[in-house]
Amino acid sequence: MTDPLTAAPAARAGAVPRTAGPRPKPPALRAWATRAPLLPALVFLIAVTQLPFAATLVISLFDWNALRPGERRFTGLSNYTAVVHDAGLRDAVVTTMVLTASVVVTSLVLGLLLALLLDRSFRGRGLVRTLLIAPFLLVPVAAALLWKHVLYNPEYGLLNGALTWAGRLFGVDSPPQPDWISSMPLPAVEAALVWQWTPFMMLILLAGLQSRSPETVQAARLDGAGDWQVFRYVTLPHLRRYLELGTLLGAIHIVQNFDAVFTVTSGSLGTANLPYAIYRTFYQAHEYGQASAAGVLVVTGSAVIATFALRVVSSLFRGGVSRG
Amino acid sequence: MTAADADAAALPPEARRARCRGLLPGLLAWLAGLVLFLPVAWMVLTSLHSESDAATNPPSVAASLTLDGYRTFFGAGGGTSPWPALINSATAGVTSTVLVLTLALPAAYALSIRPVRKWTDALFFFLSTKMLPVVAGLLPVYLFARDTSLLDNIWLLVVLHTSMNLPVAVWMLQSFLSDIPVSLVEAARLDGARLPAVLGRVVAPLAGPGIAATALICFIFSWNELLFARALTAVTAQTAPVFLTGFITSQGLFLAQVCAASVVISLPVLAGGFAAQDKLVQGLSLGAVK
Repeated sequence: MTDPLTAAPAARAGAVPRTAGPRPKPPALRAWATRAPLLPALVFLIAVTQLPFAATLVISLFDWNALRPGERRFTGLSNYTAVVHDAGLRDAVVTTMVLTASVVVTSLVLGLLLALLLDRSFRGRGLVRTLLIAPFLLVPVAAALLWKHVLYNPEYGLLNGALTWAGRLFGVDSPPQPDWISSMPLPAVEAALVWQWTPFMMLILLAGLQSRSPETVQAARLDGAGDWQVFRYVTLPHLRRYLELGTLLGAIHIVQNFDAVFTVTSGSLGTANLPYAIYRTFYQAHEYGQASAAGVLVVTGSAVIATFALRVVSSLFRGGVSRG
Repeated sequence: MTAADADAAALPPEARRARCRGLLPGLLAWLAGLVLFLPVAWMVLTSLHSESDAATNPPSVAASLTLDGYRTFFGAGGGTSPWPALINSATAGVTSTVLVLTLALPAAYALSIRPVRKWTDALFFFLSTKMLPVVAGLLPVYLFARDTSLLDNIWLLVVLHTSMNLPVAVWMLQSFLSDIPVSLVEAARLDGARLPAVLGRVVAPLAGPGIAATALICFIFSWNELLFARALTAVTAQTAPVFLTGFITSQGLFLAQVCAASVVISLPVLAGGFAAQDKLVQGLSLGAVK
């Protein structure tokens, strides 16, 4: 049985050396002919995504406020000093880390439980799978609005409505009616994000579960392994790469989350993450230089994490091949 | 075959097997599915209630149904019509997806079927651009757009959405094209078929479903995008998500309308996502899971 987590890329690295086609060409020309289809995409991507970063780097060295356009001048690294000493931005770094870690871990655990349930056959499994995917397929802004107004609203929200029902059911006269967003702003944002990302994790882990070789599981059972032992020593090691992949892809998206923070709390009450904080700096405070310096620091930090993450991805792909 | 189950650890083997055959896991799965789906169902139900029935505590589940929420959302009560925003979103989604495929298909070909030297480096460069926060490049883009009168212009958004989706598409297409057996392509070429014929008769039919899934996912990402759209468009070029955020502040809190708006704007994504369910995992995992 082939392992589905294979990387085609790496498989090709070890593939047969290919022929150049019917007519032999000079090597240099041939190399360029092979490279040509790649170039438009590369050039476009560098122009649109890398040039702005370079510009950000330049702007970060200037004292430049949009409200005082005439006073743009070179200031060296003073924007960076300001940013490092800006408590708001430091808080945003912490918030981003807490938000990302809690959402990724919670949705990964819930996704694993759901994937284990869906791995068995039962009546209506296809329908349950479809129901489970639905939260992931809402437009993120719509999902955030749904949580903010329709579920969390302290007066008419479904959560407090359910509490009123439960109160009547159990004869409690005045059931608690918390103001969810003001009393627990960060968990409120996290819950909405976990709800959207659990289906994604479930899909990846379910694919992992279904790629387990039945022979290995049967062999373990014949050796007398119980359900827990099969899970702990067969399933979990097999799922490791799928868990890493889910973590990585979830983290890439949630670190950059803007929609939920912008919609649910507008970044207030300590929920401003880095994307929101930088958006606010240049959009509301018009401090172009400082916003750029913050951007440069964020990119540097992300680059460090990305290098690590890319190493995980490439080992995922190589691992897939050595097993496949 | 029964899958392992964490909470079954303590039971003796006989009881465990009996339980696994029993209804419990299926019931739990159904329960979990319904709980996660409940907010979506509630959103649809609320969108069909009148505003006064939508704002009650405890909720009025059995209230009579009406399409008033949708009528008001589409501008019946004198509000702003959402059609320009929906059309902008569709324009940005379709155009950027076509551009993405035009750029990504040749690139994926050069990274899979006839790979360039060091093609893994190129592939990882594409992915790395996806990991750097887009917000850091927002200011120069904003200033450039302001100085070239491209602010509030849908074509600026098309270019940005193309760059946002290009790495994803290259990875996905690379994965789908790599599924095509090399021997098929080689055989066709040895038979004397020229490149266009090879692409049209061998590659395209085999990669068709993968290309369709890639296009769908790129369209969804463009349709969903808020940060660029919010910062770079205002009135004429605003997209549906921007309209949705502005809609709340300008109209106050109308739960039925909010729900109707969310349903309308999510509908294309829900339809596309369900249609592409089978390829969704491979696509969203950038081809790592097949």
